[in-house]
Amino acid sequence: MTPRRRRLVLVLGILAGVAAAGALALQAFRENVMFYFDPTQVARGEAPQGERFRLGGMVEKGSVVRTPGSLQVQFLVTDFQRTVPVHYSGVLPDLFREGQGVVAHGRLGVDGVFTADEVLAKHDENYMPPEVHRSLKPPGQAAAPQG
Amino acid sequence: MDWTWLHRFGSPPHLYGLAGTLVPWLAWPAALAIAAGLYGGLVLAPPDYQQGDGFRIIYVHAPSAWLSLMAYTWMAVAAGIGLIWRMKVAHAVAASCAPVGAWFTVAALCTGMLWGKPMWGTYWAWDPRLTAELVLLFLYLGYLGLRSAIEDPQRADRASAVLAVVGVVNVPIVRYSVEWWNSIHQAPSVMKFGKPSISWPMLTPLLIMFVGFTLLFVALVLVRVRGEILRRERQARWVAEVVTV
Repeated sequence: MTPRRRRLVLVLGILAGVAAAGALALQAFRENVMFYFDPTQVARGEAPQGERFRLGGMVEKGSVVRTPGSLQVQFLVTDFQRTVPVHYSGVLPDLFREGQGVVAHGRLGVDGVFTADEVLAKHDENYMPPEVHRSLKPPGQAAAPQG
Repeated sequence: MDWTWLHRFGSPPHLYGLAGTLVPWLAWPAALAIAAGLYGGLVLAPPDYQQGDGFRIIYVHAPSAWLSLMAYTWMAVAAGIGLIWRMKVAHAVAASCAPVGAWFTVAALCTGMLWGKPMWGTYWAWDPRLTAELVLLFLYLGYLGLRSAIEDPQRADRASAVLAVVGVVNVPIVRYSVEWWNSIHQAPSVMKFGKPSISWPMLTPLLIMFVGFTLLFVALVLVRVRGEILRRERQARWVAEVVTV
């Protein structure tokens, strides 16, 4: 084996070792790397019980209820399999819409209601001008579910 | 296997001359493409149906983020070649990629934060994509710090090259973080298989910006490579000839 070949094997070996270690570490910390849990995971009990976690999904169409004269808002977060009701009091981000993605940070109560103290909007990867969006979605008709 | 072509490429005066010839051929098209892309993106492209004009930051953010990853990959490949073939100019190339890549990473992080505040509702979240990109910045800074901490140039080259090669595992983590885990960052709109999720009038300026940023990156690296070669070869006779002319 020439010295050059030996160095090549050594460098590739180090790289393979670090990649394997990284993959194992990320696999082991999978739950901690997850930024949020979706309603199905919450229903399966995968979300931490009695602790703060993030709940992510779509704001169900027609589910947003505001209490007049306050910042109180209630809505349903859905992944089109399960839904979780969310209560929040505070300022919502610009992109908070029905039918759009959302990530709420808070606690799940025993009654199954998620009380959020922070609500972030999650934008999807679709970019289009308003005219294109209107032509895709005739008025009054729901948009296709996007994951 | 015959490696002579690689060794000719690895001759410092040859690479110094080649880089000098290439720089104007890259820098001018880069300037034109970035000017055209900015005009197209900021003036001609229609506003987004959800984000309005706020989406236009994508024209700087996405190419910066793409180059932050590409610069690291180049740096790691050059560092690996330097380690295995003991090629000094490869280490010079790796060292030249690092500051350029680090600045693209800073640009990607800053533009992302500016967009995140109005759109998500926060500047920063400890999300897999955002965290991995921050780790990428620390890898660049670690590489630069390690280089400047070791005085002997050859040892600095080798030690920093190992760091560059090892850190390359973070590149696929940044790229695929939004697909492997739940993330607040949206999935790729352009760099994916299948049809882009961005309409053509918005996509065209973005593609021009990608080309412009990539050309700019190569031009900047080549300018730095020339300086790096001169610094390393300052005792050599060819440098005295080149510089006095």
